[in-house]
Amino acid sequence: MSSLFNDNSLKRIAEAYEKYEKELVPEWLKKLPERMEEFNTLSWIPVKRIYTPLDIKDHDYMEKLGFPGEYPFTRGIHATMYRARLWTMRMFSGFGGPEETNKRLLFLIKHGETGLSLAFDYPTLIGIDPDDPMAEGEVGIVGVSVPTILDMDIIFRNIDMSAVTTNMTINPPAPVLLSFYVAVAESKGVPRYKIGGTTQNDPLKEFIAQKSYVFPPEPAVKVAMDLIEWSIKNIPKWNPISISGYHIREAGSTAVQELAFTIADGIEYVRQLTARGLDVDEFAPRLSFFWDSHINFFEEIAKFRAARRMWAKIMRDWFGARKKRSLWMRFHTQTAGVSLMAQQPWINIVRTAIEALAAVLGGTQSLHTNSFDEPFRVPSEFAAKIALRTQQIIAYETGVVDTIDPCGGSYFVEWLTDEIEERAWKYIDRIERMGGMLEAVKKGFPQREIAEASYRFQQEVDARKRVIVGVNMFVEEEEEDIRKVPLLEFNQEEIEERQKQRVKRIRSERDRARWNTALSNLKRAASRGENIMPYVLEAVKAKATIGEIMSALKEVYGVYVEPPIY
Amino acid sequence: MSSLQSISEEIKAKRPFKVLVAKLGIDGHDRGAKVIARALKDAGFEVVYTGIRQTPEQVVMSAIQEDVDVIGISILSGAHIHHVKKLMEKLREIGADDIPVVVGGTIPLVDIEPLKKMGVKEVFLPGSSLKTIVETIRSLAREKRIKEKLL
Repeated sequence: MSSLFNDNSLKRIAEAYEKYEKELVPEWLKKLPERMEEFNTLSWIPVKRIYTPLDIKDHDYMEKLGFPGEYPFTRGIHATMYRARLWTMRMFSGFGGPEETNKRLLFLIKHGETGLSLAFDYPTLIGIDPDDPMAEGEVGIVGVSVPTILDMDIIFRNIDMSAVTTNMTINPPAPVLLSFYVAVAESKGVPRYKIGGTTQNDPLKEFIAQKSYVFPPEPAVKVAMDLIEWSIKNIPKWNPISISGYHIREAGSTAVQELAFTIADGIEYVRQLTARGLDVDEFAPRLSFFWDSHINFFEEIAKFRAARRMWAKIMRDWFGARKKRSLWMRFHTQTAGVSLMAQQPWINIVRTAIEALAAVLGGTQSLHTNSFDEPFRVPSEFAAKIALRTQQIIAYETGVVDTIDPCGGSYFVEWLTDEIEERAWKYIDRIERMGGMLEAVKKGFPQREIAEASYRFQQEVDARKRVIVGVNMFVEEEEEDIRKVPLLEFNQEEIEERQKQRVKRIRSERDRARWNTALSNLKRAASRGENIMPYVLEAVKAKATIGEIMSALKEVYGVYVEPPIY
Repeated sequence: MSSLQSISEEIKAKRPFKVLVAKLGIDGHDRGAKVIARALKDAGFEVVYTGIRQTPEQVVMSAIQEDVDVIGISILSGAHIHHVKKLMEKLREIGADDIPVVVGGTIPLVDIEPLKKMGVKEVFLPGSSLKTIVETIRSLAREKRIKEKLL
């Protein structure tokens, strides 16, 4: 190990530090006590008064940091980072039917968005048709309703699918939505090698947090791995999985838990894929990640840096990856939805800006910024534009993008990066001892850890140990501010009816023989354990609906029912 | 009143308040429901948590079978008007509309009045404190038992 500091200077700093803590600080404390007994991050990591070279005295620069574009990638995955290419400004969007969503996408593109991201409604997320009784009242509310290939086609009217990349936040029905996308792109003449984007396709975190699971854990993972294997062979520019910490965090985890559980999910997927006989360097470059950026600024920056370093080490040392790209943790970030408050909603704009800044200082490849009106409904055009402009201000006005990893070398940030990493490794060790994440999830381990953390956090908010402006401090009795928020208005009932009618029309007009054959072939392939992707693609081309395809798969794989633990 | 009935009511009067915490609709956001369930339990309530993806029919059946004092609904999908309306209808249909219902989640202010007109006793927005929620539910439970002359 070669320290950044020589013994002599460390000795002088240690002496001065002792003097500071034992003489100077007590003197000041006598005059004015500190505001709190203890200062903690959102992961309850105690934060000291000051950090100095003493806190990172054994820090080996080349081992811990190195250079961007070089192992261990702590400072960034690309050698030139934002000086060459800014992150993709990718706004999670979608509501109503495909027509409303197409209009919103065109609006955001016009205002400078550089990548697309589709938000689906609940029926689509769990793979049921708009005329399923469970879908009643839910169609088009939290995202766009996409039950058929025709809906996907309408969403992409007047959008060049060969020039844009599209993220789809979809999990159990990911093979269906990806097939819609590929089929529509092909129909527009886009060659397969040009089809770019991401399917979330991360089944384990569905059981841990997002809860849009359908199949039980084992078949859920199998289906996700089918999609990955098919993608790397057929649409090489596609990111077939986005291993997601976001929902884990939103469900109430700490930053450390988010990091640890997500990386543990990633480890499980790498094992599953290598067990299929795939070479690690064949698929690892296509794995991508998704993080939350919460409000505790430096903790988030440290988390992103630790994440890159950990993943590079795991891929190189555990799985023997040789390609540089296999070691990259490429990630999308979204500002924290849970940090948005209904009270005094306009100040959510400020929260989002701070969180977005942390994501950029953390070196994200892609970013979604939340809109201030989201505690109430999906965003209006007005609110979404402010959120997009927030990214543009960070990118073009602040200058934070001019040098790479500007927080690197901060005694505090380096110490915190090490601390978060160490705590995350401890969790990963525990999960490894349980037999990996699939087993840990079945035991309910991450679920319980998150429930504990979210309850502890809420108690601290109630006790005002955690301040939330407008909620437990600087509270306004009048709700005047909320009433001034211009919420997105759309006629949900009308859209639901339109979606129902469209799906019925498609069912009555399609070639029944082709449809029937496609679905029975799919079921047979699923029960034989074959890769289902080619069969799903043929089924969507035969105009099978999302609900029909998912029902066929449910017959083979079964349905998960969660034990209600709290 | 038969003596058997009076004995069972005496037992009911002495048992802790019982709450059904339910996720109505198909959204998976269960953080709030779980935190509330835990807070109620810590405050001495008996809590039945349904888990996610419950239909109005299922919630009503659980409420009756479990003989709860209050029903707490958590919805973050924006489909609260639709689902709560159905829930209130089902409760009335079966004659169980004496069970007070409270709703929490991402709910625009303009929807509070319509929900209350349907018979919802209280609506909790994001940012509501655990204490407020727990105490509101406690007083609704107490009211119900007083009405039933169990307190």
